[in-house]
Amino acid sequence: MASVTLQNIAKKYDEGKVLAVDDVSFSVEQGELFGLIGPDGAGKSSIFRILTTLLLPDAGTATVDGYDVVKDYKTIRGRIGYMPGKFSLYQDLTVEENLNFFATVFDTTIEENYELIKDIYVQIEPFKDRRAGKLSGGMKQKLALSCALIHKPSVLFLDEPTTGVDAVSRKEFWEMLRRLKQKGITILVSTPYMDEATLCDRIALIQEGKLLSIDTPGQLVANYPTTLYAVRSDSMYKLLNDLRMFEDTDHCFTFGDYLHLSFKSAGPGQEQKLLQYLAGKGQTNVELKVTTPTVEDCFIKLTGTTAA
Amino acid sequence: MRSTVIKTEKLTKRFGDFVAANELSFEVYKGEIFGFLGANGAGKTTAMRMLCGLLAPTSGSAMVAGFDVYKQADKIKNNIGYMSQKFSLYEDLTVTENIRFYGGIYGLTNKEIREKSEELIEQLQLQQSANKLVSELPLGWKQKLSFSVALVHMPKIIFLDEPTSGVDPVTRRQFWDLIYAAADKGITVFVTTHYMDESEYCSRVSIMVDGVIRALDTPGNLKSHFNAASMDEVFHGLAREAKRKDD
Repeated sequence: MASVTLQNIAKKYDEGKVLAVDDVSFSVEQGELFGLIGPDGAGKSSIFRILTTLLLPDAGTATVDGYDVVKDYKTIRGRIGYMPGKFSLYQDLTVEENLNFFATVFDTTIEENYELIKDIYVQIEPFKDRRAGKLSGGMKQKLALSCALIHKPSVLFLDEPTTGVDAVSRKEFWEMLRRLKQKGITILVSTPYMDEATLCDRIALIQEGKLLSIDTPGQLVANYPTTLYAVRSDSMYKLLNDLRMFEDTDHCFTFGDYLHLSFKSAGPGQEQKLLQYLAGKGQTNVELKVTTPTVEDCFIKLTGTTAA
Repeated sequence: MRSTVIKTEKLTKRFGDFVAANELSFEVYKGEIFGFLGANGAGKTTAMRMLCGLLAPTSGSAMVAGFDVYKQADKIKNNIGYMSQKFSLYEDLTVTENIRFYGGIYGLTNKEIREKSEELIEQLQLQQSANKLVSELPLGWKQKLSFSVALVHMPKIIFLDEPTSGVDPVTRRQFWDLIYAAADKGITVFVTTHYMDESEYCSRVSIMVDGVIRALDTPGNLKSHFNAASMDEVFHGLAREAKRKDD
């Protein structure tokens, strides 16, 4: 059974001037770890707020756990966990008081569902008497996740839980999500970090309110339409400009210690032609090789951006 | 010979018993892109605030753009630019008004402000939007404008605190094009980021763990020294050793 469904959902702001969500349809299966991937302003939070019954859509229908987000909002609120992008716990309550508060509101106790949050909560339990406002970013995140889980929700919505979090803590957070998934909880998570997409079962890429693609990370990469090259030389900034001036170049962008390059269309002898061109530009130690696209490459390709 | 624009010697900041930054000694050279990495809570912000003249060190010394952080903090502020992921632009002022405001704050003459405004607006291709409110600009443009405004007084060094958080992959790369162009003109760029691929674009990278600088070198040398395929691996290897939880 699908745990979450959206049918032609649309949302406008500012008297219809801003189309935040533009005819979005997808569904998430029970027990799936589903990623909504896109930059700031793509519409991720609006979709989350519609699904968590905090915002009414202008058009379309959506269900969570089989219930309608408009008609059955009260039922849905009891069955989901939601961690908004902005820290929204009570800053002047302690760690333990916050957790107790959320347990009570959902008519349960910390003891009843302790097993579910144990892995996460033990890491902040030494600070249980500290006020939430005085916690570090990483600890706030763990407390917010504990509070979102304390009533054993069937669907968990996490809106940009890792934004502004360092690479190591991000990896730890994703390990926590994998463990929660094993407990059968459906998880929808949004993130602007495209490298995190590979940790999801399926991902939806979103830009300016529109879905660009829904697929498994592996399939998305396999569907990349052209050959992608990685190039480097002794003078990387000049190389970037040289490659963008090359007549067959579709787009060229920095990717770590290489530049990623794709051609407008494949042609015989293209690689040789490029190497000659670069030699003519005075480039030395040029390395050119075929590379596997990342989710970020796919996003760039799907948004149809040509060389800047 | 390359000239030094930042030089610290055992620079330390304590908050009570807690040593946020512990005997930092390093140099940053003119025109380089210096990546300043570390996990949350490693002490990056504290170090950066001392270098910007916003926080007095407990001990040690630091010279920034030729000035002493203890005695000449005001001079430092005049000679550096600063941009964070929270834009410091005024949303309810237009593009031109923002440039004029910052130009005025940094003591540029009216003539300089006029010239600078025209130059920036042309460079950023914002001619159509010069009289629009900043709140109406797309995020990527705001970010580029914010960067240019931070350079309006032609500082020697620009400090960028996570400048690319949350923007799309193309805008993120276009922003790095601006960084490269600034460094090409001899401006030193001091940048923090959580995107490990971006650390590969830096001339040199330092990695802070628990208040100390654990590694400082070119990305190439760091990778071969730690026998890692990417900067991501180098960072994870070092940051995992952290004893200090970010509390």
